[in-house]
Amino acid sequence: MERRSERIEITISSRFENIELVQVIAEHLCEHAGVDDDAAHWVGMAVREGVANAIKHGNRLDVAKKVNTVFRLEGSRLSVEISDQGTGFDPAEVSDPLSPPNLMKTSGRGIFYMKTFMDSVDYDFSFAGGTRLVMTKMLEQQTES
Amino acid sequence: MKTSSRNVNGVEIIKLEGKITIGAGDSQLRDVITNAVKEGKNHILLDMKDVSTIDSSGIGELVGAYTTVTNRGGKLKLIHLPGKVTDLLQVTQLITVFEVYEDESEAIGSF
Repeated sequence: MERRSERIEITISSRFENIELVQVIAEHLCEHAGVDDDAAHWVGMAVREGVANAIKHGNRLDVAKKVNTVFRLEGSRLSVEISDQGTGFDPAEVSDPLSPPNLMKTSGRGIFYMKTFMDSVDYDFSFAGGTRLVMTKMLEQQTES
Repeated sequence: MKTSSRNVNGVEIIKLEGKITIGAGDSQLRDVITNAVKEGKNHILLDMKDVSTIDSSGIGELVGAYTTVTNRGGKLKLIHLPGKVTDLLQVTQLITVFEVYEDESEAIGSF
């Protein structure tokens, strides 16, 4: 079987309406990798949350600032890097949305959803100019019946 | 997001159609609930059948809507939840907060 390799990069300005463009790429890539619609949807959701966070929290809705997303598909392994131009944050300060005091809060679930739908979620603050979120997922191909 | 409302036996049924996502539908949901409460409607049934996409911001607004209505002594319930919305509520344990129905008569009778 041919080992698929793909790299797609997209840079958007920090407008919420641009999130869909990145999400669609994620879902399309998953479907081309032979993943079922449901699985593709959840990967798309994780990417959506990552891009939304980059726009809202990273770039503070400054439309002059960019969010850059790089998708890499190597065989069944998908990695997604989402970079913003903000000032970073402390992941340890992100509250647990399942904790009783936080359950009824109106925000704070984005990172939790990313961690739920992807195999790994890591942050890199070491490069200049912002935060780089790296998520990975081993995609399971649909088996033909 | 589009909304439409009708009242059945004192229950305001608000149908939501389209996206409830950050920057598209999330604030609209907040506004429609705020307006309903201002008009004295405190028995609200959100029909989610035609919600196409919801994200964490949309889930947050659902939670906010629930809190807004219940803090005023009212009740907010959900009907016709799409499977993926159910999944998002389940993983964050919010499915235990909301009363969810599939049958409208049963939902209206529960208020």
